Amino acid sequence: MDDRTVETIVAEHHGSLGGMLSILTAIQSEYGYLPEDALRRMAAATGESLTDIYAVVTFYKAFSLKPRGKHLVSVCLGTACHVRGAPKIAEEFIGQLGIASGETTPDKEFTLETVNCLGACALGPIVVVDGRYYSNVRKNQVAEILKRTREGLDQPRENRRFPLSVRCPHCRQSLMDAAHPIDNVPSIRLTMSWDGDSQPLYLSSLHGSLRSVCERETPAHSITVLACPMCGQDLVGDSRCSECGADMARMTIDKGATLMVCTRRGCAGRRLNLETTPAEAD
Amino acid sequence: MITLTINGLDVSVEKGTTVLEAAQFLGFPIPTLCHMEGLTPYGACRLCVVEIGEGPGAKLVSSCTYPAEPGLKVRTASLRVMRARKMILELLLASCPQSKEIQDLASKHEITQQRFRQEYSDCILCGRCVRMCEEQMMAKAIGFRGRGEKRSIGTPFDVPSEVCRQCGGCIYVCPACSLRCTYTQPEKAICGGCANLSPPCLQKDSFDDMMCYMDPCVACEIKKP
Repeated sequence: MDDRTVETIVAEHHGSLGGMLSILTAIQSEYGYLPEDALRRMAAATGESLTDIYAVVTFYKAFSLKPRGKHLVSVCLGTACHVRGAPKIAEEFIGQLGIASGETTPDKEFTLETVNCLGACALGPIVVVDGRYYSNVRKNQVAEILKRTREGLDQPRENRRFPLSVRCPHCRQSLMDAAHPIDNVPSIRLTMSWDGDSQPLYLSSLHGSLRSVCERETPAHSITVLACPMCGQDLVGDSRCSECGADMARMTIDKGATLMVCTRRGCAGRRLNLETTPAEAD
Repeated sequence: MITLTINGLDVSVEKGTTVLEAAQFLGFPIPTLCHMEGLTPYGACRLCVVEIGEGPGAKLVSSCTYPAEPGLKVRTASLRVMRARKMILELLLASCPQSKEIQDLASKHEITQQRFRQEYSDCILCGRCVRMCEEQMMAKAIGFRGRGEKRSIGTPFDVPSEVCRQCGGCIYVCPACSLRCTYTQPEKAICGGCANLSPPCLQKDSFDDMMCYMDPCVACEIKKP
């Protein structure tokens, strides 16, 4: 434990006790919980009695005196969630994690807690894992929630995977390339230009997959120009990526639906627009 | 000076006086439990409840924390007050039946039984010990912890406090465990629980400035050469 951290945090709050809650919050976000040693040092640094600090810490449920796991699972047991079967959900979590409410798994992965209301009663039974809300949770979703949390929340959330067949919006020729399959389906072949260098780029046509292949990799996060290999026209559309803000390349799917792909290398920004616009409808 | 009416009698008291003090000045008996002279009013036990105001606007307040106001009409023993007080005593009796102080108060109010689930807790959370420790002993070694039904009194982390001088003041003022801390009148002690505790002042040498709640102090007299 860094000996200076607590003193630094107290100093940042001007050493006054008016900020006891903010100091405690800062210490907790530093260590993940409130170690006894840190509280004693905080008492010494603020000049406040440890008894008063301890009273505040034990009063608020947001503070924990025990080490917490990497992931915090909060199951709502408020009235609305309760009548919608939240106790069964909580039981399922208790069973699958093998710990009681308020405890942490021995591998320090999960901390389970029950809360009394999250203020989102219409979505009940509601479960919050690491700040992500899962609504209308059913018992059979518990394992999936835990699995997804274990794997990491950065994984794409879309779990439906299906191949797309796209065409160039300008020359209306198919962009599918069966000679270079990715994910066992024909890939989408584009021409990628960056820094005066053009090369073919093969994208997985599987919706939900972010795999792509090119011969010479450009630096990560560089914005490229994606063009149709047939007519050579830039595919850039009029929308911007919701992940990074770069321009998105537009490709047409049957019946006027469009697939938007971010032009930034390595960006996960992809959007499937299923709305039919008359101009693009066949 | 503030003039208020207590049970129909006008009384003038100084600004800052509480209703309880004004009533006691007039000689009206108001039972108290968490109240203690020398400690700040806390209003935890609600036993000193009185009725203020008139008609439909009348309300029950704890007299130990309510400051005297000009023209205030106070009733210390109305039917409503007595009913509330008896209920409070019954509840106290339910949580801590072994306390001599609560038993005495209950019998004074002719309560011979209570109708709630019986508990045998040893604390009614009146906060006397907490205030004694902070205000009279200047230690602040114990305090309230947790909240709701998990609220308790004790030292942080349940380990002996560094600022505790083992003066025994907290035990001395406790209304729930008063049976085992009658140092000054050992002949009245019944349970003998204190026989294992050495008198705190015997450790006087280990503290620079030990204040003591006992005056005159038996242990110090014994120790005198």
